Amino acid sequence: MAKKKLKGLTIQFIPYTEIETLDSGARIKKLLSIVLGNRIIILQGKLHPEEEARLIEDTMAMVGHVKKFKGIELATINSNSDNLSFFGRFKHSLARALGAQESITIIGPASIVREIKRDPRKIEILMKK
Amino acid sequence: MKRIFSGIFKGKKELSLGFYGPPNGGKTTLANKICKDWTGEGLGKTSKIPHETRTVQFKEKVDIEYKGKKLSLKIVDTPGIATKIDYEDFMRFKMNKKDAQKRAKEATQGIIDAIKWLDDMQAVIVVLDATKNPYSQVNITIIGNLVARKIPVLVVGNKIDLKKADLKRVEAAFPEYEVVGISGKYGKNMEEFYESIFRLAKKA
Repeated sequence: MAKKKLKGLTIQFIPYTEIETLDSGARIKKLLSIVLGNRIIILQGKLHPEEEARLIEDTMAMVGHVKKFKGIELATINSNSDNLSFFGRFKHSLARALGAQESITIIGPASIVREIKRDPRKIEILMKK
Repeated sequence: MKRIFSGIFKGKKELSLGFYGPPNGGKTTLANKICKDWTGEGLGKTSKIPHETRTVQFKEKVDIEYKGKKLSLKIVDTPGIATKIDYEDFMRFKMNKKDAQKRAKEATQGIIDAIKWLDDMQAVIVVLDATKNPYSQVNITIIGNLVARKIPVLVVGNKIDLKKADLKRVEAAFPEYEVVGISGKYGKNMEEFYESIFRLAKKA
């Protein structure tokens, strides 16, 4: 009886401090190199909208040129300060000013991650069989 | 320089109006509807297969009128923005491998072009399929980029003729923006949509 080969899945956590000092180009290069290694990234914090757009552009430039690379799945979940009291919002703003990164970004290769379903307060990662 | 021209155009009530959104939201269907309503001619081909629009296409001097107010639009219809393209997805629509691979290649370039064109827009309509989950990262990325570039946004929840359409969900996802529900295919609620375009033009 043939042995069934088990496939591994690597999730890599990246603290914000690891990309904080990088410029946009270097950040995207770093994230894409991890995704190209078939790993799922859990990034503390989030990219700027322009960086997200550049991430999509660079991803598209690679599809068709890198073997078996079909793109990425991407989702960011933010902390919600809308329901906080005035003092809560003040503390929240202060924490943001001090550099605390309350968002989480998930980036995975589309060959592994079928879909990331995103609701305001939860993320559901659907994997490929 | 762009701002100076934009100011001159403002006086003439001319507006570069971009249509952005994920694939199959109905951008080209809506752009066609507007162009047909006011010029008698459409703009581009539509299809059930995603990424039918793979190049940026535009039509100038689309003069629209609402309650005595006039506006000259440059309609810029862009390819749907996505984070992944798999040619095998196209083969599910009975497309052969060669054509599917060609379509995928053109679609990836189309997405790059659509993002590059963002800087040339004076206002943007984000066209979403109201039957789908609006909380997708692509939608958020598009709107985030428009905000960062200070480009006024109107969110359109398209396909309200379908039972599954949930406009309230679209409104809840983007509470800071005006959301109009329409059916580009059947021309439903176009009066309210045109009224919204004039409000959008004021912000540009």
